[in-house]
Amino acid sequence: MTSMSVGTATHPAAGKAPTIAGEKKHTRYIVAAVCIFLIALMLFPVFMSLLASIKTPAEAMAAPPTYLPHALSLDNYFKVYDYQVGLPVYLFNSLAVAFLTIVFCLVLAVPAAYGLARFPVPGKEILFVVLLLGLMIPYQALVTPLYLMFSKIGLSNSLVGLALIHTIVQLPFSVFLLRNSFEAIPKALEEAAVTDGCNSWQTLWRVFLPLVKAGIVTVVLFAFIASWNEFLGALIFMSRESNFTIPIMLVNVRTGQHGAIDWGALQAGVVIAVLPCIAIYVLLQKYYMSGFLSGAVK
Amino acid sequence: MKPNRAGLVGLLYAMPALLFVAALVIYPLGQLFYTSLTSTSLLGGGKFIGLGNYEKAFNDSTFWSALGFTLKYTLFITPVLMGGGFLLALLTWQNTRLKQFTRGVIFMPWVIGLATSSLLWYWLFDHRVGPINKILVDLNLIEAPLAWFTDAELGLWAVIISVTWKVIGFGTILFVAAIQSIDGEITEASMIDGASYWQRVRRIILPLSTRSILLTTLISVVGSMVAFDQFYIMTQGGPKTDTFTSVYWMYQNSFIYFKLGYGSALAIILTVIIFIGAATQVALTRPRGTE
Repeated sequence: MTSMSVGTATHPAAGKAPTIAGEKKHTRYIVAAVCIFLIALMLFPVFMSLLASIKTPAEAMAAPPTYLPHALSLDNYFKVYDYQVGLPVYLFNSLAVAFLTIVFCLVLAVPAAYGLARFPVPGKEILFVVLLLGLMIPYQALVTPLYLMFSKIGLSNSLVGLALIHTIVQLPFSVFLLRNSFEAIPKALEEAAVTDGCNSWQTLWRVFLPLVKAGIVTVVLFAFIASWNEFLGALIFMSRESNFTIPIMLVNVRTGQHGAIDWGALQAGVVIAVLPCIAIYVLLQKYYMSGFLSGAVK
Repeated sequence: MKPNRAGLVGLLYAMPALLFVAALVIYPLGQLFYTSLTSTSLLGGGKFIGLGNYEKAFNDSTFWSALGFTLKYTLFITPVLMGGGFLLALLTWQNTRLKQFTRGVIFMPWVIGLATSSLLWYWLFDHRVGPINKILVDLNLIEAPLAWFTDAELGLWAVIISVTWKVIGFGTILFVAAIQSIDGEITEASMIDGASYWQRVRRIILPLSTRSILLTTLISVVGSMVAFDQFYIMTQGGPKTDTFTSVYWMYQNSFIYFKLGYGSALAIILTVIIFIGAATQVALTRPRGTE
């Protein structure tokens, strides 16, 4: 986890010279202590959830709760595994929707960003803003008409339908980020490709795509995380048990049967839902941060 | 290629995305507006009633209390997120190992889903099995466990605490980027002039981070105004309808009471409110130098 470095890309020289030399020794100890306290505070909820998930189901329901598990057990995970139609179905649904969202975002955003960044399209600033409309109109308001529309054409209770909803949310960021990436490519490379006889399509595939790889990875990452976590759309569009995604399954675990909440199973579910996101974050932080910063501050 | 032909080629590339937005954003928005003028039910039927739904919203006390509650939530959480995020950025902006790691951990909950983190905190705050009450009782800070979610005020703070945990790193990271991009020479010059740490923060770091602070505040305000997941899961709108937010009340009318027409009117009102904030955000975000 030492690779967790955030925001280093902005300014290589920043952060070294000015204050460190001027900081007094005891200030430095206090700052270090505060940092360690903050780390503990931020990790506390996830850590407690993890501990609760490996208690026996009975201990996880004890009131008042125990801090550390008295006995280790994976029963909570088995319970989640067998919940309703079974965890594999819910995992499949969540992964399939995330995968489709990624595909839709790339298929739409890559050519759009290319077209608007590298061609003298008349009124392209206006078209760009049109593509960002999904940012300005809350999708929470659009779910109602979309629900009516999708019910008519058989896209409610459908993985494709939900992926389309998630694409609405994620497309603006994807276009925004990729357009910046395409614009950063020097004109000379494009001219060389044209001289070699490439048409615009070949230039895109052979010359440009390898150069915007980092941008594409970032788009994929953000689309995955947004889709995996999305709640309201899934709640409205997925009414059949067998179509639930992980967050909807979790809420149903919480609601429980006969009013009793299975706390251990709930925390096991939370751990399962959280794990892929944290793994991606830790492993691919470089892409995550660069995308985050270029999407929000530039 | 001649310029106008090249323009056409570019337009063709952008066409699929433009059609997507036309079909799944612009058309539904029109549909939403039309539905808001009817008495459509989720079960079908309904006729044109003009501005009836808007009149109804105007006289609907729950609509107003939900809007008021959403504003209250936004007004409470925004300073916490911005102030807290900025202090954390001041603490951790330098690239030492410990500070980078601290930043990384502070940002981590941002990748967790809001629904999932809300379920996690719902458990942490539970009055019977929740560790937070257990800790507060063990530290003698409270005598008996608090029932956080049966009280609107406590419930609001429980949500604010949980959302702060989840998103405070967002502001921190953006502020760190802003602080790191400040020219080191300015800071050094001020130190030679004998400026104290807080003078430097007030006179140099804060003014030079204004744009970043403004943008982050807007994003945060817009996000808070459409709050749903955290209240749906943690307070479930209760007690009574005290913690319904605007989006929650819209959802409740459209999908629980089946009053799509009325729900659509609520959605239009919400859209107008959000659009103003979000459009400002996009205007501030657009890359400079491309216009």
